[in-house]
Amino acid sequence: MKRSLVAILFFASLIILWQALVYAEIWSPVLLPSPLDVARYLWAAILDGSLIEGSWVTMKRLLLGYLIGCVIGLPLGLATARSKYLSDTIGVLALGLQTLPSVCWVPLALLWFGQSESAMLFVVIMGTLWSVLIAVDNGARSLPPIYVRAARTMGSSGLHTLIKVILPASLPFVVGGMKQGWAFAWRSLMAAEIYVTLLTGYGLGHLLHFGRELNAMDQVIGIMLVIVLIGLAADKVLFSPWERFLQKRWGTGS
Amino acid sequence: MSSAAELINPPPSKLVVDHVTKSFKSQNGWLKALDDVSLTVNEGEFVCLVGPSGCGKSTLLNLIAGLDTPESGTLSSDGQPIIGTGRERGVMFQEHALFPWLDVLGNVLFGLQLKPNLNKAECIDIAKYYLQLVGLGRFIHANIHELSGGMKQRVALARALAPNPRILCMDEPFAALDAMTREQLYADLQDIWAKRKKTIIFVTHNVREAVCLGDRVVLFSPNPGRIREQFHIQLPRPRDINSVELAEQATLITRALKQHNSQSLSAE
Repeated sequence: MKRSLVAILFFASLIILWQALVYAEIWSPVLLPSPLDVARYLWAAILDGSLIEGSWVTMKRLLLGYLIGCVIGLPLGLATARSKYLSDTIGVLALGLQTLPSVCWVPLALLWFGQSESAMLFVVIMGTLWSVLIAVDNGARSLPPIYVRAARTMGSSGLHTLIKVILPASLPFVVGGMKQGWAFAWRSLMAAEIYVTLLTGYGLGHLLHFGRELNAMDQVIGIMLVIVLIGLAADKVLFSPWERFLQKRWGTGS
Repeated sequence: MSSAAELINPPPSKLVVDHVTKSFKSQNGWLKALDDVSLTVNEGEFVCLVGPSGCGKSTLLNLIAGLDTPESGTLSSDGQPIIGTGRERGVMFQEHALFPWLDVLGNVLFGLQLKPNLNKAECIDIAKYYLQLVGLGRFIHANIHELSGGMKQRVALARALAPNPRILCMDEPFAALDAMTREQLYADLQDIWAKRKKTIIFVTHNVREAVCLGDRVVLFSPNPGRIREQFHIQLPRPRDINSVELAEQATLITRALKQHNSQSLSAE
């Protein structure tokens, strides 16, 4: 109760500070619209459907690409942790590509796939895949070998050990890796959407881009707020249950 | 198979270790952890392997458990050669090795669910029986990190016992516990051994612990790892670690241990 009060006070004072800066008229109102202007834009955008539509288009691309990235990255990460050959090949490749900022994939994706949904998907997958792979690989590597030994004495082997021991034992790292992958996917998609206009659907990145072209600062700030809120909500919906489980079982965290 | 049938004690195993040698690579070349070691363990016998670190006692336990393979020589249980791990040989480690992603019941169920012919309800019945046996009937849904060190080892014991193995291999299971907790576990382990009639191989460097628990104490010496002497402990059970008779036996064995140690040191 006290904690939420502190949080509310904090964000309320941020808005008040913002409004105070608008009143002070240090910057032109074109560059710094008031909170009310931004709220008015958001309300209008909800009413005309462009905001809902944009969020939906973006989430669809994000979730699909992220899902594919995780589905490929999780087993590959487990595999590279188990095999020296895979670690020397795919592991090194992943490490290299992970250092590449995911927006760097955009030019390549455009040339390969054209201005299409596939290009967007490709960029998101590339943003997700490598960081998930590396996080899972690191996690599976740092497992205490005693877990697998204990499982062997109870008759577990092969696939059973992989699914019932190694995978759950790496869960703290898997969740960490998926969270990082989510952040990368989100960043790469926004970059791609600002960069590339697709006729198959205007995402949040496009709305942001249009805001800049129209000099509509209320739109720019409004969309940025929406992007932040979606990021926060995704964190709560996608990862909080896992983190609560980890905290309950492992007893880690606060 | 019903859970009642599953709880019947199978006949304890006769374990034969025949001329077993095992070396490990160390910084100064090859180290003979076990050098031509032979040992026969009778059915239902409680055998303690004692010796300083590096004498090969844990290596032998790992071979019996099937977690490792010998360089030469053979191991067999009931005439069947030991190749790899097997459900008829349960293992308890010095670290509890419990799975943090499962609760107490889930840990004990892990091995049971790998046994064919048991349905879920039977598995749960059996797991609960063993958790009662180790005195944790009230903690079946606790998380591992919430338990004390002694309670964790009790869960590990229940987990090792649950698939109803013939042989129980215990590798210094109480070494990391405080004295009070350990004394209680000595009493409980003797009680459980009497009830469940297992053949137990118990590795320790604590001579008193070995005398308190074992029918036989097997003394090892290092470099190379060999069996030096064996003592049959005739004290009545249940034994109290603090009794005078036990202390006398322990003193005797400790003296022998020191003698072998100084011999192997002067031989170097």
